Amino acid sequence: MNSTTADILLLAFGSFGILIALTILGEILRARQPVHEPNPMLDTYMTRVQSWWGMVAFIGAALLLGKPGVMTLFAFASFAALREILTLTAKAQADHLALAMAFFVVLPLQYIFVGLGWTGLFTVFIPVYAFLFLPMVSALRGDPQRFLVRVAETQWALMIAVFCVSHVPALMSLDIAGYGDRSLLLIAFLVMVVQLGDLLDFFFGRRIGKHKIAPGLSPKTWEGMICGVVSAMVFGALLAWITPFGVIGAALMAGASSLVGMFGNLVVTAIKRDRGVKDWSHLIPGQGGFVDQLDSVIFAAPIFYQLTKFFYT
Amino acid sequence: MKFLRQFAARIVGQSIRIFARAITAVRADWKGIEPVPRQRVYFANHTSNADMPMIWSVLPPAMRRTVRPVAAADYWLKNKLRAFVGPEVFNCVLVDRRPEVKDRPMDKIIAALDEGSSLIIFPEGNRNMTDDPLLPFKAGLYNMGLARPDVDLVPTWVANLTEIMPKGEVIPLPLICTVTFGEPIHVREGESKDDFLKRASEALLAQRPEART
Repeated sequence: MNSTTADILLLAFGSFGILIALTILGEILRARQPVHEPNPMLDTYMTRVQSWWGMVAFIGAALLLGKPGVMTLFAFASFAALREILTLTAKAQADHLALAMAFFVVLPLQYIFVGLGWTGLFTVFIPVYAFLFLPMVSALRGDPQRFLVRVAETQWALMIAVFCVSHVPALMSLDIAGYGDRSLLLIAFLVMVVQLGDLLDFFFGRRIGKHKIAPGLSPKTWEGMICGVVSAMVFGALLAWITPFGVIGAALMAGASSLVGMFGNLVVTAIKRDRGVKDWSHLIPGQGGFVDQLDSVIFAAPIFYQLTKFFYT
Repeated sequence: MKFLRQFAARIVGQSIRIFARAITAVRADWKGIEPVPRQRVYFANHTSNADMPMIWSVLPPAMRRTVRPVAAADYWLKNKLRAFVGPEVFNCVLVDRRPEVKDRPMDKIIAALDEGSSLIIFPEGNRNMTDDPLLPFKAGLYNMGLARPDVDLVPTWVANLTEIMPKGEVIPLPLICTVTFGEPIHVREGESKDDFLKRASEALLAQRPEART
Protein backbone atom coordinates (compact mmCIF):
# COMPACT_ATOMS: atom_id res chain seq x y z
CA MET A 1 0.00 0.00 0.00
CA ASN A 2 1.46 3.36 -0.97
CA SER A 3 1.11 6.51 1.06
CA THR A 4 -1.67 7.99 -1.10
CA THR A 5 -3.85 4.92 -0.59
CA ALA A 6 -3.09 4.96 3.12
CA ASP A 7 -4.12 8.61 3.32
CA ILE A 8 -7.37 7.99 1.42
CA LEU A 9 -8.23 5.14 3.78
CA LEU A 10 -7.40 7.32 6.76
CA LEU A 11 -9.67 10.11 5.44
CA ALA A 12 -12.44 7.62 4.68
CA PHE A 13 -12.28 6.15 8.18
CA GLY A 14 -12.12 9.63 9.65
CA SER A 15 -15.24 10.60 7.68
CA PHE A 16 -16.98 7.39 8.75
CA GLY A 17 -16.11 8.27 12.35
CA ILE A 18 -17.70 11.70 11.97
CA LEU A 19 -20.75 10.16 10.28
CA ILE A 20 -21.15 7.57 13.03
CA ALA A 21 -21.08 10.40 15.59
CA LEU A 22 -23.65 12.40 13.56
CA THR A 23 -25.87 9.33 13.14
CA ILE A 24 -25.75 8.49 16.85
CA LEU A 25 -26.55 12.13 17.70
CA GLY A 26 -29.58 11.98 15.40
CA GLU A 27 -30.77 8.67 16.83
CA ILE A 28 -30.48 10.01 20.38
CA LEU A 29 -32.51 13.09 19.43
CA ARG A 30 -35.07 10.84 17.76
CA ALA A 31 -35.32 8.55 20.79
CA ARG A 32 -36.00 11.57 23.00
CA GLN A 33 -38.64 12.80 20.60
CA PRO A 34 -42.25 11.84 21.50
CA VAL A 35 -43.47 9.38 18.86
CA HIS A 36 -46.54 11.35 17.83
CA GLU A 37 -44.86 14.71 17.36
CA PRO A 38 -43.34 14.98 13.93
CA ASN A 39 -40.07 16.89 13.73
CA PRO A 40 -39.28 17.94 10.16
CA MET A 41 -35.92 19.49 11.17
CA LEU A 42 -34.73 16.18 12.59
CA ASP A 43 -35.98 14.25 9.56
CA THR A 44 -34.15 16.61 7.20
CA TYR A 45 -31.00 16.21 9.26
CA MET A 46 -31.27 12.41 9.23
CA THR A 47 -31.85 12.12 5.48
CA ARG A 48 -28.92 14.48 4.95
CA VAL A 49 -26.65 12.33 7.11
CA GLN A 50 -27.82 9.24 5.23
CA SER A 51 -26.95 10.76 1.88
CA TRP A 52 -23.50 11.70 3.23
CA TRP A 53 -22.92 8.05 4.07
CA GLY A 54 -23.58 7.27 0.44
CA MET A 55 -21.36 10.11 -0.75
CA VAL A 56 -18.41 9.13 1.43
CA ALA A 57 -18.78 5.51 0.34
CA PHE A 58 -18.97 6.39 -3.38
CA ILE A 59 -16.21 9.00 -3.44
CA GLY A 60 -14.01 6.91 -1.14
CA ALA A 61 -14.39 3.83 -3.35
CA ALA A 62 -13.76 5.89 -6.49
CA LEU A 63 -10.60 7.42 -5.02
CA LEU A 64 -9.32 3.98 -4.00
CA LEU A 65 -9.89 2.70 -7.54
CA GLY A 66 -7.77 5.62 -8.70
CA LYS A 67 -8.17 7.57 -11.91
CA PRO A 68 -10.64 5.25 -13.74
CA GLY A 69 -12.90 5.16 -10.68
CA VAL A 70 -12.92 8.93 -10.28
CA MET A 71 -13.47 9.57 -13.99
CA THR A 72 -16.42 7.15 -14.10
CA LEU A 73 -18.03 8.55 -10.98
CA PHE A 74 -17.88 12.17 -12.10
CA ALA A 75 -18.83 11.41 -15.71
CA PHE A 76 -21.96 9.76 -14.34
CA ALA A 77 -22.55 12.71 -12.00
CA SER A 78 -22.28 15.07 -15.00
CA PHE A 79 -24.77 12.98 -16.95
CA ALA A 80 -27.26 13.00 -14.08
CA ALA A 81 -26.78 16.74 -13.48
CA LEU A 82 -27.16 17.59 -17.18
CA ARG A 83 -30.32 15.50 -17.34
CA GLU A 84 -31.74 17.29 -14.31
CA ILE A 85 -31.03 20.77 -15.67
CA LEU A 86 -32.03 20.17 -19.29
CA THR A 87 -35.35 18.70 -18.15
CA LEU A 88 -36.23 22.17 -16.88
CA THR A 89 -34.73 24.42 -19.58
CA ALA A 90 -36.43 25.96 -22.61
CA LYS A 91 -36.13 23.90 -25.74
CA ALA A 92 -37.85 23.29 -29.06
CA GLN A 93 -37.81 20.38 -31.42
CA ALA A 94 -35.26 22.29 -33.50
CA ASP A 95 -32.80 21.82 -30.63
CA HIS A 96 -33.21 18.06 -30.51
CA LEU A 97 -29.98 17.20 -32.33
CA ALA A 98 -27.98 19.87 -30.48
CA LEU A 99 -29.23 18.55 -27.12
CA ALA A 100 -28.52 14.96 -28.10
CA MET A 101 -24.98 16.05 -29.01
CA ALA A 102 -24.61 17.75 -25.64
CA PHE A 103 -25.36 14.42 -23.95
CA PHE A 104 -23.69 11.97 -26.27
CA VAL A 105 -20.80 13.93 -27.82
CA VAL A 106 -19.82 16.95 -25.73
CA LEU A 107 -20.04 15.21 -22.35
CA PRO A 108 -17.99 12.11 -23.29
CA LEU A 109 -15.39 14.18 -25.17
CA GLN A 110 -14.92 16.52 -22.22
CA TYR A 111 -14.23 13.55 -19.94
CA ILE A 112 -11.89 11.96 -22.50
CA PHE A 113 -9.90 15.21 -22.69
CA VAL A 114 -9.79 15.43 -18.89
CA GLY A 115 -8.74 11.78 -18.69
CA LEU A 116 -5.94 12.34 -21.20
CA GLY A 117 -4.86 15.40 -19.26
CA TRP A 118 -5.10 17.70 -22.28
CA THR A 119 -5.30 20.87 -20.19
CA GLY A 120 -5.17 23.21 -23.18
CA LEU A 121 -8.26 21.56 -24.64
CA PHE A 122 -10.59 20.65 -21.77
CA THR A 123 -10.48 24.15 -20.27
CA VAL A 124 -11.76 25.67 -23.54
CA PHE A 125 -13.63 22.81 -25.22
CA ILE A 126 -17.06 23.67 -23.81
CA PRO A 127 -16.90 27.50 -23.64
CA VAL A 128 -15.35 27.79 -27.12
CA TYR A 129 -16.15 24.81 -29.30
CA ALA A 130 -19.42 23.55 -27.81
CA PHE A 131 -20.85 27.04 -27.25
CA LEU A 132 -20.16 28.10 -30.84
CA PHE A 133 -20.98 24.81 -32.53
CA LEU A 134 -24.23 23.70 -30.83
CA PRO A 135 -26.17 26.90 -31.72
CA MET A 136 -25.16 26.31 -35.35
CA VAL A 137 -26.74 22.88 -35.19
CA SER A 138 -29.93 24.40 -33.72
CA ALA A 139 -29.98 27.25 -36.26
CA LEU A 140 -29.77 24.84 -39.18
CA ARG A 141 -33.24 23.56 -38.28
CA GLY A 142 -34.55 27.08 -38.77
CA ASP A 143 -36.79 27.83 -35.79
CA PRO A 144 -36.06 31.37 -34.57
CA GLN A 145 -38.68 31.41 -31.83
CA ARG A 146 -37.01 32.16 -28.46
CA PHE A 147 -33.71 31.14 -30.02
CA LEU A 148 -31.51 33.13 -27.66
CA VAL A 149 -33.30 31.78 -24.58
CA ARG A 150 -32.99 28.20 -25.80
CA VAL A 151 -29.31 28.54 -26.66
CA ALA A 152 -28.43 30.42 -23.47
CA GLU A 153 -30.18 27.93 -21.20
CA THR A 154 -28.55 24.95 -22.89
CA GLN A 155 -25.15 26.61 -22.52
CA TRP A 156 -25.69 27.26 -18.82
CA ALA A 157 -26.64 23.63 -18.36
CA LEU A 158 -23.41 22.49 -20.05
CA MET A 159 -21.38 25.01 -18.05
CA ILE A 160 -22.69 23.84 -14.69
CA ALA A 161 -23.22 20.14 -15.29
CA VAL A 162 -20.27 19.27 -17.51
CA PHE A 163 -17.62 22.02 -17.47
CA CYS A 164 -17.72 22.68 -13.72
CA VAL A 165 -18.23 19.08 -12.60
CA SER A 166 -15.38 17.84 -14.81
CA HIS A 167 -13.00 20.16 -13.01
CA VAL A 168 -13.16 17.88 -9.97
CA PRO A 169 -11.47 14.93 -11.74
CA ALA A 170 -9.34 17.47 -13.64
CA LEU A 171 -7.52 18.08 -10.36
CA MET A 172 -5.78 14.74 -10.97
CA SER A 173 -4.09 16.11 -14.06
CA LEU A 174 -2.34 18.94 -12.19
CA ASP A 175 1.40 18.51 -12.17
CA ILE A 176 2.55 19.91 -8.83
CA ALA A 177 6.27 19.76 -8.05
CA GLY A 178 7.06 17.31 -5.24
CA TYR A 179 3.41 16.19 -4.94
CA GLY A 180 3.63 13.27 -7.34
CA ASP A 181 0.57 11.03 -7.65
CA ARG A 182 -1.04 12.50 -4.57
CA SER A 183 -3.23 14.91 -6.57
CA LEU A 184 -6.11 12.46 -5.98
CA LEU A 185 -6.14 13.78 -2.45
CA LEU A 186 -6.99 17.28 -3.71
CA ILE A 187 -10.42 15.90 -4.64
CA ALA A 188 -10.98 14.66 -1.11
CA PHE A 189 -9.75 18.02 0.23
CA LEU A 190 -12.09 20.07 -1.98
CA VAL A 191 -15.20 17.98 -1.33
CA MET A 192 -14.60 17.76 2.41
CA VAL A 193 -13.90 21.44 3.13
CA VAL A 194 -16.80 22.65 0.96
CA GLN A 195 -19.31 20.20 2.45
CA LEU A 196 -18.20 20.89 6.01
CA GLY A 197 -18.44 24.64 5.37
CA ASP A 198 -22.01 24.13 4.11
CA LEU A 199 -22.97 22.04 7.12
CA LEU A 200 -21.71 24.62 9.59
CA ASP A 201 -23.22 27.48 7.57
CA PHE A 202 -26.57 25.68 7.93
CA PHE A 203 -26.01 25.00 11.64
CA PHE A 204 -24.84 28.50 12.64
CA GLY A 205 -27.36 30.12 10.31
CA ARG A 206 -30.13 28.41 12.30
CA ARG A 207 -28.53 29.26 15.64
CA ILE A 208 -27.30 32.83 15.35
CA GLY A 209 -28.27 33.94 11.84
CA LYS A 210 -30.01 37.33 11.65
CA HIS A 211 -29.07 39.20 8.48
CA LYS A 212 -30.19 37.48 5.31
CA ILE A 213 -27.83 37.65 2.34
CA ALA A 214 -30.52 37.51 -0.31
CA PRO A 215 -33.94 37.97 1.30
CA GLY A 216 -36.73 36.48 -0.76
CA LEU A 217 -34.38 33.92 -2.25
CA SER A 218 -32.65 31.92 0.42
CA PRO A 219 -32.59 31.62 4.21
CA LYS A 220 -28.78 31.95 4.12
CA THR A 221 -27.44 34.57 6.54
CA TRP A 222 -24.18 36.53 6.72
CA GLU A 223 -23.54 35.15 10.21
CA GLY A 224 -23.95 31.56 9.03
CA MET A 225 -21.82 32.14 5.99
CA ILE A 226 -18.95 33.74 7.94
CA CYS A 227 -18.99 30.91 10.49
CA GLY A 228 -19.13 28.35 7.67
CA VAL A 229 -16.20 29.85 5.77
CA VAL A 230 -14.10 30.24 8.93
CA SER A 231 -14.83 26.60 9.88
CA ALA A 232 -13.85 25.51 6.38
CA MET A 233 -10.57 27.43 6.76
CA VAL A 234 -9.82 25.80 10.12
CA PHE A 235 -10.69 22.38 8.72
CA GLY A 236 -8.58 23.11 5.63
CA ALA A 237 -5.61 23.98 7.81
CA LEU A 238 -6.08 20.71 9.72
CA LEU A 239 -6.06 18.85 6.41
CA ALA A 240 -2.95 20.72 5.19
CA TRP A 241 -0.92 17.48 5.41
CA ILE A 242 -2.72 15.99 2.39
CA THR A 243 -2.17 19.11 0.24
CA PRO A 244 0.85 20.80 -1.31
CA PHE A 245 -0.35 24.19 -0.01
CA GLY A 246 1.17 24.41 3.48
CA VAL A 247 -0.96 25.29 6.50
CA ILE A 248 -1.77 28.91 5.62
CA GLY A 249 -2.18 28.12 1.94
CA ALA A 250 -4.56 25.25 2.74
CA ALA A 251 -6.67 27.51 4.96
CA LEU A 252 -6.90 30.18 2.25
CA MET A 253 -7.72 27.67 -0.49
CA ALA A 254 -10.39 26.09 1.72
CA GLY A 255 -11.86 29.51 2.54
CA ALA A 256 -11.95 30.58 -1.11
CA SER A 257 -13.60 27.31 -2.22
CA SER A 258 -16.15 27.40 0.55
CA LEU A 259 -17.06 31.03 -0.18
CA VAL A 260 -17.47 30.42 -3.92
CA GLY A 261 -19.50 27.31 -3.14
CA MET A 262 -21.91 29.20 -0.91
CA PHE A 263 -22.58 31.90 -3.49
CA GLY A 264 -22.88 29.14 -6.09
CA ASN A 265 -25.60 27.63 -3.95
CA LEU A 266 -27.44 30.97 -4.12
CA VAL A 267 -27.21 30.95 -7.92
CA VAL A 268 -28.59 27.42 -8.07
CA THR A 269 -31.41 28.38 -5.70
CA ALA A 270 -32.28 31.35 -7.92
CA ILE A 271 -32.48 29.09 -10.98
CA LYS A 272 -34.73 26.64 -9.12
CA ARG A 273 -37.00 29.46 -7.92
CA ASP A 274 -37.23 30.81 -11.44
CA ARG A 275 -38.42 27.40 -12.66
CA GLY A 276 -40.74 26.96 -9.68
CA VAL A 277 -39.22 23.74 -8.41
CA LYS A 278 -37.92 22.86 -4.98
CA ASP A 279 -35.45 20.21 -6.06
CA TRP A 280 -33.82 19.40 -9.38
CA SER A 281 -35.10 15.84 -9.36
CA HIS A 282 -35.89 12.96 -7.05
CA LEU A 283 -32.89 10.82 -7.74
CA ILE A 284 -31.72 10.69 -4.13
CA PRO A 285 -34.71 10.03 -1.85
CA GLY A 286 -35.44 13.03 0.36
CA GLN A 287 -32.47 14.90 -1.04
CA GLY A 288 -33.47 15.94 -4.53
CA GLY A 289 -30.99 15.38 -7.31
CA PHE A 290 -27.27 15.52 -7.92
CA VAL A 291 -27.25 19.26 -8.44
CA ASP A 292 -29.02 19.84 -5.10
CA GLN A 293 -26.50 17.67 -3.36
CA LEU A 294 -23.33 19.01 -4.93
CA ASP A 295 -24.16 22.58 -6.00
CA SER A 296 -21.45 24.23 -3.91
CA VAL A 297 -18.77 21.72 -4.91
CA ILE A 298 -19.75 22.19 -8.57
CA PHE A 299 -19.19 25.96 -8.40
CA ALA A 300 -16.05 25.70 -6.28
CA ALA A 301 -14.32 23.13 -8.51
CA PRO A 302 -13.17 25.32 -11.45
CA ILE A 303 -12.04 28.12 -9.11
CA PHE A 304 -10.15 25.67 -6.91
CA TYR A 305 -8.59 24.14 -10.02
CA GLN A 306 -7.52 27.49 -11.47
CA LEU A 307 -6.14 28.81 -8.17
CA THR A 308 -4.13 25.63 -7.63
CA LYS A 309 -2.84 25.76 -11.19
CA PHE A 310 -1.91 29.43 -10.92
CA PHE A 311 -0.17 29.35 -7.55
CA TYR A 312 1.23 25.83 -7.24
CA THR A 313 2.32 24.55 -10.64
CA MET B 1 -41.44 -24.02 -25.38
CA LYS B 2 -44.17 -22.18 -23.53
CA PHE B 3 -41.91 -21.94 -20.50
CA LEU B 4 -39.08 -20.58 -22.64
CA ARG B 5 -41.36 -17.91 -24.15
CA GLN B 6 -42.51 -16.86 -20.69
CA PHE B 7 -38.93 -16.67 -19.51
CA ALA B 8 -37.95 -14.60 -22.55
CA ALA B 9 -40.94 -12.32 -21.95
CA ARG B 10 -39.79 -11.66 -18.40
CA ILE B 11 -36.24 -10.90 -19.53
CA VAL B 12 -37.48 -8.51 -22.22
CA GLY B 13 -39.83 -6.85 -19.71
CA GLN B 14 -37.04 -6.28 -17.21
CA SER B 15 -34.76 -4.93 -19.95
CA ILE B 16 -37.40 -2.44 -21.06
CA ARG B 17 -37.87 -1.31 -17.47
CA ILE B 18 -34.14 -0.91 -16.84
CA PHE B 19 -33.69 0.92 -20.15
CA ALA B 20 -36.53 3.31 -19.32
CA ARG B 21 -35.04 3.98 -15.89
CA ALA B 22 -31.51 4.49 -17.18
CA ILE B 23 -32.43 6.86 -20.00
CA THR B 24 -35.30 8.90 -18.57
CA ALA B 25 -34.89 8.23 -14.84
CA VAL B 26 -38.66 7.71 -15.06
CA ARG B 27 -40.35 8.07 -11.72
CA ALA B 28 -43.85 7.85 -10.31
CA ASP B 29 -45.56 10.65 -8.42
CA TRP B 30 -48.34 9.02 -6.37
CA LYS B 31 -50.32 12.19 -5.88
CA GLY B 32 -53.85 10.84 -5.53
CA ILE B 33 -53.46 7.11 -4.89
CA GLU B 34 -51.21 4.75 -2.99
CA PRO B 35 -49.12 2.19 -4.88
CA VAL B 36 -51.19 -0.73 -3.60
CA PRO B 37 -52.66 -3.59 -5.62
CA ARG B 38 -56.28 -2.53 -6.18
CA GLN B 39 -58.27 -2.96 -9.32
CA ARG B 40 -57.90 0.24 -11.31
CA VAL B 41 -58.17 1.63 -14.78
CA TYR B 42 -55.27 4.00 -15.40
CA PHE B 43 -56.31 6.43 -18.12
CA ALA B 44 -53.47 8.43 -19.58
CA ASN B 45 -52.51 11.04 -22.14
CA HIS B 46 -50.99 9.63 -25.30
CA THR B 47 -48.26 11.50 -27.16
CA SER B 48 -45.78 8.78 -27.97
CA ASN B 49 -45.44 5.04 -28.31
CA ALA B 50 -43.33 5.09 -25.17
CA ASP B 51 -46.23 6.22 -22.95
CA MET B 52 -47.44 2.74 -22.12
CA PRO B 53 -43.99 1.25 -21.34
CA MET B 54 -43.30 4.28 -19.09
CA ILE B 55 -46.44 3.76 -17.00
CA TRP B 56 -45.76 0.03 -16.94
CA SER B 57 -42.16 0.61 -15.77
CA VAL B 58 -43.03 2.75 -12.76
CA LEU B 59 -45.61 0.34 -11.34
CA PRO B 60 -44.26 -1.81 -8.49
CA PRO B 61 -43.82 -5.51 -9.44
CA ALA B 62 -47.01 -6.75 -7.76
CA MET B 63 -49.09 -4.18 -9.63
CA ARG B 64 -47.25 -4.71 -12.90
CA ARG B 65 -48.20 -8.39 -12.86
CA THR B 66 -51.92 -7.63 -12.71
CA VAL B 67 -52.04 -4.68 -15.11
CA ARG B 68 -53.03 -5.10 -18.77
CA PRO B 69 -52.60 -2.25 -21.24
CA VAL B 70 -55.44 -1.93 -23.74
CA ALA B 71 -53.81 -1.58 -27.15
CA ALA B 72 -54.60 -1.64 -30.83
CA ALA B 73 -54.39 -5.06 -32.45
CA ASP B 74 -53.38 -3.61 -35.83
CA TYR B 75 -50.25 -2.10 -34.23
CA TRP B 76 -49.21 -5.01 -32.03
CA LEU B 77 -49.83 -7.79 -34.52
CA LYS B 78 -48.00 -6.14 -37.40
CA ASN B 79 -44.92 -8.37 -37.13
CA LYS B 80 -43.62 -11.28 -35.06
CA LEU B 81 -41.56 -9.17 -32.68
CA ARG B 82 -44.50 -6.91 -31.82
CA ALA B 83 -46.78 -9.92 -31.53
CA PHE B 84 -44.40 -11.24 -28.90
CA VAL B 85 -43.82 -7.97 -27.01
CA GLY B 86 -47.42 -6.73 -26.96
CA PRO B 87 -49.39 -9.78 -25.85
CA GLU B 88 -46.65 -11.64 -23.96
CA VAL B 89 -44.36 -9.05 -22.37
CA PHE B 90 -46.97 -6.40 -21.58
CA ASN B 91 -49.90 -8.84 -21.51
CA CYS B 92 -51.93 -6.38 -23.61
CA VAL B 93 -55.67 -6.61 -24.14
CA LEU B 94 -55.67 -6.31 -27.92
CA VAL B 95 -58.69 -4.62 -29.41
CA ASP B 96 -59.57 -4.22 -33.04
CA ARG B 97 -60.47 -0.65 -33.91
CA ARG B 98 -61.89 -1.41 -37.35
CA PRO B 99 -65.66 -0.89 -37.38
CA GLU B 100 -66.35 -3.84 -39.68
CA VAL B 101 -65.05 -6.36 -37.16
CA LYS B 102 -67.73 -8.13 -35.16
CA ASP B 103 -65.66 -8.78 -32.08
CA ARG B 104 -66.46 -5.71 -29.95
CA PRO B 105 -63.57 -4.09 -28.03
CA MET B 106 -65.70 -3.32 -24.99
CA ASP B 107 -66.53 -7.01 -24.45
CA LYS B 108 -62.85 -7.87 -24.26
CA ILE B 109 -62.18 -4.98 -21.88
CA ILE B 110 -65.05 -5.95 -19.57
CA ALA B 111 -63.87 -9.56 -19.65
CA ALA B 112 -60.37 -8.47 -18.58
CA LEU B 113 -61.86 -6.41 -15.74
CA ASP B 114 -63.95 -9.38 -14.62
CA GLU B 115 -60.77 -11.47 -14.44
CA GLY B 116 -59.57 -8.96 -11.85
CA SER B 117 -56.98 -7.25 -14.02
CA SER B 118 -56.21 -3.56 -13.84
CA LEU B 119 -56.03 -1.74 -17.18
CA ILE B 120 -54.03 1.02 -18.81
CA ILE B 121 -56.03 2.88 -21.45
CA PHE B 122 -55.53 5.93 -23.62
CA PRO B 123 -58.99 7.48 -23.89
CA GLU B 124 -57.95 9.89 -26.66
CA GLY B 125 -57.96 6.85 -28.91
CA ASN B 126 -54.98 7.97 -30.95
CA ARG B 127 -51.63 9.58 -30.37
CA ASN B 128 -52.00 13.30 -29.83
CA MET B 129 -49.91 15.09 -32.46
CA THR B 130 -51.49 18.51 -31.93
CA ASP B 131 -50.43 21.40 -29.71
CA ASP B 132 -53.49 20.90 -27.49
CA PRO B 133 -52.65 19.02 -24.31
CA LEU B 134 -55.48 16.50 -24.81
CA LEU B 135 -57.76 15.37 -27.63
CA PRO B 136 -61.47 14.80 -26.87
CA PHE B 137 -61.98 11.47 -25.08
CA LYS B 138 -63.72 8.52 -26.72
CA ALA B 139 -66.68 6.91 -25.00
CA GLY B 140 -64.81 3.77 -23.86
CA LEU B 141 -63.82 5.15 -20.47
CA TYR B 142 -67.42 6.10 -19.73
CA ASN B 143 -68.71 2.69 -20.74
CA MET B 144 -66.19 0.94 -18.51
CA GLY B 145 -67.04 3.17 -15.57
CA LEU B 146 -70.72 2.54 -16.14
CA ALA B 147 -70.42 -1.23 -16.52
CA ARG B 148 -68.05 -1.77 -13.56
CA PRO B 149 -68.68 1.14 -11.16
CA ASP B 150 -66.50 -0.31 -8.37
CA VAL B 151 -63.30 0.01 -10.37
CA ASP B 152 -61.24 3.14 -9.65
CA LEU B 153 -60.57 5.24 -12.74
CA VAL B 154 -57.17 6.84 -12.14
CA PRO B 155 -56.04 9.86 -14.18
CA THR B 156 -52.39 9.27 -15.15
CA TRP B 157 -50.28 12.00 -16.72
CA VAL B 158 -47.05 11.12 -18.53
CA ALA B 159 -44.85 14.24 -18.71
CA ASN B 160 -41.94 15.22 -20.98
CA LEU B 161 -42.12 12.37 -23.44
CA THR B 162 -42.71 14.71 -26.37
CA GLU B 163 -39.39 16.36 -25.59
CA ILE B 164 -37.57 13.09 -24.98
CA MET B 165 -38.58 11.68 -28.35
CA PRO B 166 -40.38 14.17 -30.63
CA LYS B 167 -42.01 12.72 -33.71
CA GLY B 168 -39.52 12.15 -36.48
CA GLU B 169 -36.41 12.12 -34.29
CA VAL B 170 -34.17 9.08 -33.98
CA ILE B 171 -32.09 9.63 -30.83
CA PRO B 172 -34.01 9.83 -27.53
CA LEU B 173 -32.92 12.61 -25.19
CA PRO B 174 -32.24 11.41 -21.65
CA LEU B 175 -34.54 13.88 -19.90
CA ILE B 176 -36.46 13.05 -16.73
CA CYS B 177 -39.93 11.62 -17.35
CA THR B 178 -42.54 11.78 -14.59
CA VAL B 179 -45.72 9.71 -14.36
CA THR B 180 -48.28 11.36 -12.07
CA PHE B 181 -51.19 9.37 -10.65
CA GLY B 182 -54.16 11.47 -9.55
CA GLU B 183 -57.20 10.84 -7.37
CA PRO B 184 -59.55 8.20 -8.80
CA ILE B 185 -62.89 9.20 -10.30
CA HIS B 186 -66.12 7.25 -10.87
CA VAL B 187 -69.17 7.73 -13.06
CA ARG B 188 -71.76 9.50 -10.90
CA GLU B 189 -75.34 8.40 -10.82
CA GLY B 190 -77.27 9.87 -13.69
CA GLU B 191 -74.18 11.57 -15.13
CA SER B 192 -74.30 11.92 -18.90
CA LYS B 193 -71.54 10.63 -21.11
CA ASP B 194 -70.39 14.09 -22.15
CA ASP B 195 -70.35 15.44 -18.59
CA PHE B 196 -68.34 12.49 -17.38
CA LEU B 197 -65.83 12.62 -20.22
CA LYS B 198 -65.38 16.34 -19.66
CA ARG B 199 -64.79 15.74 -15.95
CA ALA B 200 -62.35 12.91 -16.69
CA SER B 201 -60.43 15.09 -19.10
CA GLU B 202 -60.20 17.89 -16.53
CA ALA B 203 -59.06 15.41 -13.86
CA LEU B 204 -56.28 14.25 -16.17
CA LEU B 205 -55.18 17.77 -17.09
CA ALA B 206 -54.98 18.61 -13.37
CA GLN B 207 -52.15 16.07 -13.00
CA ARG B 208 -49.85 17.99 -15.32
CA PRO B 209 -46.73 19.15 -13.48
CA GLU B 210 -46.82 22.95 -13.18
CA ALA B 211 -46.39 24.63 -16.50
CA ARG B 212 -42.94 26.11 -16.95
CA THR B 213 -41.89 28.76 -19.37
